Amino acid sequence: MINLTVNGIEIQVSDGTTILQAAAKVGVNIPTLCHIPGKDPKGACRVCLVEVKNARSLVASCAMPVAEGMKVFTSTKKVRDARKMVVELMLSEHDGDCKTCERNNDCELQEIARNLGVEDIRFNGQKAKHIFDASTPALIRDNGKCIKCRRCVTVCNEMQNVGALFPQGRGFDSVIGPAFELNLDTVACVQCGQCAAVCPVGAIYEKSHIEHVWNAIDNPDKYVVVQTAPAIRAALGECFGYEAGTLVTGKMVTALKQIGFDKVFDTNFTADLTIMEEGTEFLVRLKDKLINNSDVSLPQFTSCSPGWINYVEYFYPEMLSNVSSCKSPQQMFGALAKSYFAKKQGVDPKDIIVVSVMPCTAKKFEAERPEMNSSGYQDVDYVLTTRELARMINQAGIEFTTLTDSEMDNPMGVSSGAADIFANTGGVMEAAVRTVYEIVTGSELPTENLHLEPLMGLDGIKTASLLVNGTKPEWSFLEGVELKVAVVHGLGNTAQLIKRIKDGEVFHFVEVMTCPGGCIGGGGQPRFTTNDVRAKRISAIYKEDEGKKLRKSHENPDIIELYSEFLEKPLSHLSHKLLHTKYSHKEVN
Amino acid sequence: MDTLKCTECQNEPTEEELYSQLDDLLIEYSQKPGALIPVLQITQRLFGYLPENALKVISKKLSIPYSEVTGVVSFYSFFSTQPRGKFMIRVCLGTACYVRGGKDVLNALKKELNVDVGMTTDDRLFSLDVGRCFGACGLAPVIMVNDDVHQRVKSDRISEILAEYKQNPALKEVV
Ligand code: SF4
Ligand code: SF4
Ligand code: SF4
Ligand code: FES
Repeated sequence: MINLTVNGIEIQVSDGTTILQAAAKVGVNIPTLCHIPGKDPKGACRVCLVEVKNARSLVASCAMPVAEGMKVFTSTKKVRDARKMVVELMLSEHDGDCKTCERNNDCELQEIARNLGVEDIRFNGQKAKHIFDASTPALIRDNGKCIKCRRCVTVCNEMQNVGALFPQGRGFDSVIGPAFELNLDTVACVQCGQCAAVCPVGAIYEKSHIEHVWNAIDNPDKYVVVQTAPAIRAALGECFGYEAGTLVTGKMVTALKQIGFDKVFDTNFTADLTIMEEGTEFLVRLKDKLINNSDVSLPQFTSCSPGWINYVEYFYPEMLSNVSSCKSPQQMFGALAKSYFAKKQGVDPKDIIVVSVMPCTAKKFEAERPEMNSSGYQDVDYVLTTRELARMINQAGIEFTTLTDSEMDNPMGVSSGAADIFANTGGVMEAAVRTVYEIVTGSELPTENLHLEPLMGLDGIKTASLLVNGTKPEWSFLEGVELKVAVVHGLGNTAQLIKRIKDGEVFHFVEVMTCPGGCIGGGGQPRFTTNDVRAKRISAIYKEDEGKKLRKSHENPDIIELYSEFLEKPLSHLSHKLLHTKYSHKEVN
Repeated sequence: MDTLKCTECQNEPTEEELYSQLDDLLIEYSQKPGALIPVLQITQRLFGYLPENALKVISKKLSIPYSEVTGVVSFYSFFSTQPRGKFMIRVCLGTACYVRGGKDVLNALKKELNVDVGMTTDDRLFSLDVGRCFGACGLAPVIMVNDDVHQRVKSDRISEILAEYKQNPALKEVV
């Protein structure tokens, strides 16, 4: 242990702690712009400077480990002046206008400048290179506002293993971006938006669909339905001052009704449906393998996460046959809204507009994929991120915190707890196992609270095995089989797991979520998502699950009705047409 | 490294040959850590510059993201993604040359060759670049064409200088 003082407060911390971390322990905040908690410090921005007694110059607290007897001062005049200078220099190159900026009031640079008392910009420097890149469906890059902190480079390379962004050139003229300073659509970007989630300023953000949605709502000829993903309800509240992990499901529904959607539905409904289809597909694969000895690809990978689909299309085309043919819950919803629901409600599908609220930027990309119009129309028309929904609620003048709770509409609003946990890493697998186990054995998954403990939590790669016992006669080929499953989140972890599989490790079923923590940590969620925030959102989701009577997808009465009235059975002809698809190898240039 | 012999001989290797040499090179380097910069240097020697396609091959074979490869290339000034012309024209923009018309000379060259700084003419004869002080300030403004120094260059006489090289590219190159 190491003893030091921060602003005179004595503190003892373990060896290797940085000054920044030590200060946080005693409630002293130091501003940062390039640092990402949990990642190696980059020392790029210099706003975290502090004074250390007897040190020759100010030090970057994010990178400097503590030492015995250190005396740190975080707010002396020298420190304040130096930080102010750093920020003023950044602003002198900054080509942006807060009033009209996407990040106004949600900008780390703006906040730091305000806290440091920067009142005017004394230097009027040459502005940063202005590249405005709207080439992809999900993201906007605006280099004029980039402060070159490189957070996006860190997440895109180290966390996601994609490497779409890297500093190009050097010095003042350098640009943080794709190869040769070209647009994002020239490289293999998976559209996950993790870059946009960590960018401290308005230099990368989602392509907004807000105007389109308002226009649809204002158009009397359109029937506008909205679906909300499982992860929204555990995070939206953060935009209105609630503590991370506060469930706001009921308020969210009320807000959506007040905004003017004709029906407020739940993506959870099609999450349950996904379990029916994907679980059945899994059993068919097992049967083909174990009984017919045919050449089916195992493990089966989940397919709900569109960033992962892009990743496998770009980087692992040879694994495409392992990916479940199920569309994601968002797309299943769109296809059914414009077929099943249209028929039930007596609305012409051409007049239906499907809006999704998603924690994810890649969902914007997914909605525009050419595969996604099996209803005869684009199945999902517009996708809003959690942040965009919060903005619409504000635009509509709704005082969110005062809202009472409402219920989702029928017939696509009821869902089980298994659907809730689609929001977090481990959840899709647990939901699938709850159903598959019961189909095969006729009895309930015998674990505590229906949870699969080894698959919970934030470890990057989680594995579990399940011995199948007491099978029903038609599943007797599974008797005594040890089912091995794995769960990964973050594409870097996914690449590692794929390597293990290629090296011979055997799994039957693998859940992949593109973003760290799963959808609750998606690129469209309220900023800033740390592991602490992830854990809080996840525990809220488990609470939602455990609070429901209905915990298993196959028991959802509206799903049962959907099959009896419309789809017939899982993997039926109609299911195949509406709910399944095929992905293919993609190359850039 | 006998795979590189061809660059020195009279018959220039075809593009296909160059790429197969690049493949051999990448097999040799693919397991070595820190391979990127040496591979880029050898590739540049092979091709005379770093063509985009070669960078893509390097990115794939070394499993380094393409954006990182181009980021490294653009960081170091000794890498060039432009083919180099037979003649490298460098215009001195040191203080003395600058005040005595170096900038005008540069503009005249840009106009005459129809290229920007760092680029090469379509016929691959001339590349244009700038430099800082060639140590001939008394004779400013100065330009260099490969190893030839031209002193007291007047912007309206640029075409005469270029003509010399255009007329007999083979001869001049040997000098
Ligand atoms: S990025 Fe931040 S500082 Fe820059 S214009 Fe936008 S809000 Fe203002
Ligand atoms: S969206 Fe994801 S893959 Fe694309 S640049 Fe951002 S972090 Fe990288
Ligand atoms: S785009 Fe944003 S995250 Fe990336 S370097 Fe620029 S300011 Fe930082
Ligand atoms: S946060 Fe320490 S240098 Fe940027």
